[in-house]
Amino acid sequence: MSDTTTEPPLTPEPDAAAPAAPDEAIPAGFDDGQDHIGLVHHTATGLSNTKLAMWLFLGSECLLFGGLISTYMLYRNRQGDALGPDQLWDIPFTSATSFVLLMSSLTMVLSVSAAKRKDERGTRLWLTVTALLGGLFLAGQVYEFTVFYREGLGYTTSLFSSSFYTLTGFHGVHVAVGIIMLLALVGMLAKGRIVGDKAETVEMVGLYWHFVDVVWIVIFTLVYLVPA
Amino acid sequence: MSSDTELSTTGDAVEHDATANDDLYHHEISDKTYILIALFLAVLTAMEVAVTEIAGMPEALLIPSLLIMMVIKFFVVVSYFMHLKHDSALFKFGFYIGLGGAIVLYSVMLTTFHFFLA
Repeated sequence: MSDTTTEPPLTPEPDAAAPAAPDEAIPAGFDDGQDHIGLVHHTATGLSNTKLAMWLFLGSECLLFGGLISTYMLYRNRQGDALGPDQLWDIPFTSATSFVLLMSSLTMVLSVSAAKRKDERGTRLWLTVTALLGGLFLAGQVYEFTVFYREGLGYTTSLFSSSFYTLTGFHGVHVAVGIIMLLALVGMLAKGRIVGDKAETVEMVGLYWHFVDVVWIVIFTLVYLVPA
Repeated sequence: MSSDTELSTTGDAVEHDATANDDLYHHEISDKTYILIALFLAVLTAMEVAVTEIAGMPEALLIPSLLIMMVIKFFVVVSYFMHLKHDSALFKFGFYIGLGGAIVLYSVMLTTFHFFLA
């Protein structure tokens, strides 16, 4: 006797009469693969143009910092009778500020991770912590510059001092811009002013912040640790 | 990359799949892993400082060890925190062409100024 009974489907058929899941399940603007705002991204590569532009920008930044680091390496022994690196560096202090910047990269990646999980509160919290750590690093750099200046190392004292202040100053400006971006992002997230994929926006700011960190990794070793 | 995202072979625009750039998250790197990576970076930084404190260490040993640790830290951050390891080859190309160009350009510049002979 043949079995004519039909097995129930393993997965239930979608019920056309059932109400759709509320959009509130995912905060508006967070990436769930759907288009929430009526815009569709069209790219020739299928990849985000924003992200591609950010990577190209960071590639060009390598050339900028490469020039500044090379110039410093060339002039680091050109201090004449003035103060040189060996008399100035406070390695324990600079190590502490380097550690702070390194940890800010951790909080930044935790922020991106929270954004991908659509955890808006966590995203804002980690972004704020990252900005605070960046501020702490910057405060350390300002303190260091002040100490050096009081010890007699002005911007035009020697080729060494000019190249040192230019290199570390440029990096400091990048950190300051990063802090502004982080705080602006926190404010825009709080007010819901980000159009499009919020997680990608957080990730773009994160890429910039991590780049600032990797540049410092190079500066810390080549400027402070490698003997002149 | 999700299966419903296809690259156009004709150069026509194709719909950007929002998940296409986020291959990392298909690798599911957890927050705990990020913390472990950060600890590894902190330990490397401490080791960098420690080797400079070793009295009588010859520069021929000190400088290469510092450079190796610096390069490891650099690529760990770029690969895992910046997600480049699991990202599109086009993004890698965009960044590494700048990095490689800078290394070559400034190596030539420093060589021209006899930096490595000093």
